[in-house]
Formats: sequence, structure tokens, C-alpha cells
Amino acid sequence: MNLKDLLEKRKSAIIKCWFDLVVETYPLDTSQFLKKQKDPFANPVGATISQALKPLFDEILNRMDHEAIAAYIDPIIRIRAVQSILSPSQATSFIFFLKKAIRENLRKELKDIEISNDLLVFELKIDEVGLIAFDIFVKCREQVYTIKANDRLNRAFGAFKRAGLVTETMDDTQGL
Amino acid sequence: MSERLKSDEDFSKIDLNPSKTGWMDTPTVIKDGMFCFAAKPQSVKTLDLPYSREWNPKHDDWKLPENWKEIIYEGMRDRLDRFRTFKIFMDICVRCGACADKCHFFIGTGDPKNMPVLRAELIRSVYKNDFTTFGKIFGKLGGARPLTLDVLKEWWYYFFQCSECRRCSVFCPYGIDTAEITIIGRELLNLLGLNIDWIATPVSNCYMTGNHMGIQPHAFVGMLEFFVDDIEECTGVRVNPTFNKKGADILFVTPSGDVFGDPGTYTCMGYMILFHYLKEKYGLEVTWSTYASEGGNFGLFTSNEVMKRLNSKMYAEAKRLGVKWILGGECGHMWRVINQYMGTMNGPADFLEEPVNPITGTKFENAKSTKMVHIVEFTADLIKHGKLDLDPSRNDNLKVTFHDSCNPARGMGFFEEPRYVIKNVCNNYYDMPRNCIKEQTFCCGSGSGLNASEDMELRLAGGLPRANAVKYVNEKHGVNMLACICAIDRAVLPPLMGYWVPEVDVTGIHELVTNALIIPGEKEKTVNLRGEDIPDKESDPDEYYVRPAFSGR
Ligand code: SF4
Ligand code: SF4
Repeated sequence: MNLKDLLEKRKSAIIKCWFDLVVETYPLDTSQFLKKQKDPFANPVGATISQALKPLFDEILNRMDHEAIAAYIDPIIRIRAVQSILSPSQATSFIFFLKKAIRENLRKELKDIEISNDLLVFELKIDEVGLIAFDIFVKCREQVYTIKANDRLNRAFGAFKRAGLVTETMDDTQGL
Repeated sequence: MSERLKSDEDFSKIDLNPSKTGWMDTPTVIKDGMFCFAAKPQSVKTLDLPYSREWNPKHDDWKLPENWKEIIYEGMRDRLDRFRTFKIFMDICVRCGACADKCHFFIGTGDPKNMPVLRAELIRSVYKNDFTTFGKIFGKLGGARPLTLDVLKEWWYYFFQCSECRRCSVFCPYGIDTAEITIIGRELLNLLGLNIDWIATPVSNCYMTGNHMGIQPHAFVGMLEFFVDDIEECTGVRVNPTFNKKGADILFVTPSGDVFGDPGTYTCMGYMILFHYLKEKYGLEVTWSTYASEGGNFGLFTSNEVMKRLNSKMYAEAKRLGVKWILGGECGHMWRVINQYMGTMNGPADFLEEPVNPITGTKFENAKSTKMVHIVEFTADLIKHGKLDLDPSRNDNLKVTFHDSCNPARGMGFFEEPRYVIKNVCNNYYDMPRNCIKEQTFCCGSGSGLNASEDMELRLAGGLPRANAVKYVNEKHGVNMLACICAIDRAVLPPLMGYWVPEVDVTGIHELVTNALIIPGEKEKTVNLRGEDIPDKESDPDEYYVRPAFSGR
């Protein structure tokens, strides 16, 4: 059996392990909740992670289309980018946990040198996904800063400006 | 190689795992984006609150008075005596955990100290240590800890990460209301001058000029007159609001956010059109006040005394103008103050009449003591009695959902009236899932004075559960408009949607009402109040609606 078939076969175990590793980046009380609560509205963080990992895994395994990958990881990174208890590396590194999840699940098979070599190549794809994650993280952070900068201006002064109650000084500060 | 990589240490040298210590041993780190700036000394001074000074939450030295511990102990003692709820809430929690995962700030930030039970424990641990024998004997084992500077800072950080939304209390078998614990916690912090500016300055503005924004009477009138022109442009009808009119039937008070902040301004125009309509058709005279020009009351987030002080001007103005009763606009916390406190705090307002809708004859029994009626209830009553000519197809470009604001929902059980009104003025309405609405509604993440800009990470994370449910109805039904009846919501939901669900815009209910309202003498409308084209009758909302540009999206 080649690596791809193996990964396909062990998919659910690998993804479960990956999910656990991702949620364990949160403090204990939080990770227990993220694992236990299955209602997606009561637990949007856990639900978002678990919904994204499977198609993401499939995409890495098969087409490796960058746009599709970005679409799957955006919701997870979008959340982690505003969770201040996580550092930027903690927020994005969950991609690399896939390596660990695979190695844990293929311990025996990795004794086969060919499979082991194939995995090294596969891991390069995971690294690539890590870089996509980094781009998205930065994009989300930039968005947060833009929202922050525009927030007060937009809501408090937009109406004043339309009414002509403020004329000077606001022009250059609109729409940062 | 694979062997070597198996070891955790080699896998990464970066610490990717959180600390595994218990909450008491996990130090609090004050992080940017998660807190609001300290109150300006001048605002604290204006309100006669103690210890006004420049201080910075990020600095080690908070410039506390030397006897700060005694002040806190004394403040706790006083409140344990005065407020039975506080004492009971300190004593009866069995740590069952039912509330633990119900807080949007815990769900969104992932920080365990945002679990309501732990938030309360922050203060309960000190209570146990200094006010109970049990705590004195068992110490840390019994959940007690001494009051230290770190503990005080932790209080400040987490009591300003609670929006006092009361969602947790819905799930507590003992009815413990963590919002009330936060209220007390913030009162205690205020004894040391530790308020945030986004609360202290609006409160001080309100005290000095009558509204949170600090807008003076002439600018208030100027804004509404500007809306008169806008309304005329859009409808061809010139409305004529009155100000401080003695002998008017009703005094109208709304949060100043409606007058000065988009998209609340469109809701404000909605009120103005409705009042014009009622005057033309039924001769009802509603007047605005430039003195009581604020319905909101950030005093609620400061202390009982400050709240009372700000609230009193509504009654004072109603008395001065000699109106029959007061009509209140679409606001959130304003209704918590009115519904839960006003009747006994500044009331009973015996000089006002028990509110009756003069057009329909409906008696608003629930407002018997406060003499103040919610405009959505008032409008629902008008619709129920067929008093408004409505063409809901004018809102056909919208697929609407409704965000129950915490205070009207959990503070006064106001669930059906808003939905009734929306369904009568819009053809496309979809509720969010049951565990995200009505008494279980998720907070916008910015309530109780946390709607500053500098704490945007907190707001976006805390608003995630709400946004997540909106995203669901957006994906499932194509919902493109989030209606709400709170001025803070109208200000904070647009950026929240911008980050999580950019396809969805935000509106107040009375904007929707007047979109649909057929005004006597109106011209054929081609644009709505926002200046957007009105859709053809046949048009498909999915194709029609283009979200307005919002930088940062
Ligand atoms: S009142 Fe709301 S914000 Fe505060 S702890 Fe309870 S659920 Fe959280
Ligand atoms: S639900 Fe009530 S009793 Fe249970 S832990 Fe929360 S506050 Fe305590």
C-alpha cells in the first residue's frame, strides 16, 4: 500500500488526532468544552475546526489547490487571529500538527523506507499550507486593525459629516 | 528521522501548549485589544467619583491610594449589607458548571476566566478569605485567596470582559446572575477610580450636556433638521418635529446614538416619519427633548447612584413639559434601567398618566409604574389595530433576521413584539436557531460600555457566537439584513458583521417600518432612507442587494 492509500485508509483516526491536537492549544477547561459540546451554535470554535479539517485534509492529499485550502483554513484562522490568549505562532501552527497526527497513526508503516520518504515529500505540502495559513493570519490581523481604526470615525462622524456639522479635519481620516 | 521527530521537544521549540495550572495560579496578562483605555481624570472628576488621575492599565503602577485594600474591603462590606443578592450570590454557588460554557466571551475568546463561574470566583475567593470562617480555615483549598494587587488587576481585566448580558443566569439552577456580580465588581473598582473611558466620558457628557456624545442642544436640533431634508428628498414629505413642546401628548426619548451614529440615523428618520404620520392621521403630538436627549444610561455600568442621577432627567423633563407619558426608542440597556430600576429608583412618576395608546385605546399595563412605553410595542399595537398603511413589498430586497438584544430580551422578556412588527413590514423573515435567540440570545459582544474601538479583539471574539448564528441564516436562507432594537447594536454589529459575515448589513426596526409605510402625500419613492434604489416589485433579493462599501471589510 502506498502512502496515499494509507492516509486515505487511516483518515478518520488521523483527523480525530489532529482535531485533538488543535483544541489542546487552548487551556484545559476550554479544550474539554471544545471537544465535548457538539452543538455548532453553542460551540462555534469547536464546530468550525472540526468542519474544516476533513476537507482540508482531502485537499492536501489530492488536488492541493491553494484557493480551496485558503477557503478551508480561513474560518479557523479568522477565529484564532482574534483570540488573544494565543500567540501568532500558536494561532497558525495547528497546520503542522497534521504531521504529528500522521506520524502517530502510521508508526509501524513508517519503518518502510519508501513510505517514510513519501511522507517527507507529503510534509512539504503541509509546510506550504502553513505558509498559506500565515498569509491569512496576517490578512485577518490587518483587517482587525482597519476595523479598529475606522470604527469610531465611521459611526460617530459619518452622520455629522453628512449633515455638514463637521467640515474640516475629517476628510483625511475617513476610510483608513 | 521519523524516530527523532516523534519527540515533542524536537517537534517544535516553540511553546505551543497552554499552561496547565489551575485558575488561581494562572497569572493574568493584560493584552492589547482586550481592554478599554482608562477613564480620563476630568470625566471622573465631573462625576464626583473618587481618585481621578492619569493611569494606564499596562503600567505596573496603577497609582492606587495607599489604603486601597481597606477601601475595597469596606466597599464589599457595605454592599454585602445593602444588596442581599450580592451576599446570596457569594454564598450559594455550588460550582455545578451549568453556566460555565454559556458566556459568549468564554466561547469566543477561549479564556477560562471568562467562564461565568470563574468570573464570579474572582471576587468570591476574596469574599471567602476575608468574610467567611470557612475560607479563613481552609484557605486556598476552600477556594479562598487574599486580596493582592494582582487580584485587583485581574478583577479589572475580567469585569470589563463581561457585558452584563445575563445569558449565564438563564442556565443557573440557583438563579445566580453573574451580571450583578460584575456590576458590584465595577462599583468596587470605581471606588479606586478604576473606570474605563468609554463609560466615564459618555456618563460625564450625559451629566453635563444631556447625552453620551456630549452634543449640545443646537447640534441636536441641527441633526434632526438635517434628517428632515433627507426625508423630504426621499419621500417628498416634509416632516416637522417639535422640540421641548409644552403640552404635547407624549415625550419621546431615544439613545443619542440614533441621532448621531449610522446606521441608527436611518432608524431615527424612521421615528420622525412615524410621528409625522400619526400627527397627520390621528392628531397625536409627540415631542423631542434637547434636555433629556439621551435614552441610554451608561450610569448602569458605573454605579447605582450615577445611574439614578442620569435617569432622573427623563422624569424631570416629562414633568416640565406636562406630557401624558413617555415613549422610549429602540435601545438596549436603557430598557433594563427603565424596566428593572426606574419605577422605584426615581418613581413612581405619579404626575404622569398610566400610558394608554390614544389611537387604539390599548392600555400598556406593563408600563403602569414607569409610565414609559417601548416604541416597538407601541408600533406593534398600531399595526395590530390596522392603524398603519403598510406595503411590505417595499422591503422585498431584504431577507431579514432579528438579533434579540440582551436587555430587552432577558431584562424585560420582549420577544414577540419585534418579530411581529418585522413580519408585518417585511415579506422575508428568518429566525436564527433557537438556542441563539430570545432568552438565550447571544450578546453582540460589546454591551455594557465595552463598545470602544481599542478593545476590538475582545468585541470580535465575544461577538463570534452571535455572528456565527447570523452566518448560518445567511448561508441557509440568504439573509442579508440583521435587524435589532438597540443603539449599541446598531453601532457595533456592522464591524462585527464586517469581520465574520460581510454579506449582512444592520438596521433598526423603525427603518424597516417606514420603508414600508405609505405616507399621506408621498411621492413615488425611488430611493430608500439610505439613498439606495428601491427594488422593482419583481426583483430577486439575492440578486438585488449589494452591500454598501465598508472599509475594513
Ligand atoms: S453576564 Fe454575560 S458576559 Fe457576563 S459572565 Fe454572564 S454570560 Fe458572560
Ligand atoms: S450555574 Fe450557578 S451554581 Fe452552577 S456554577 Fe454557575 S453560578 Fe454556580
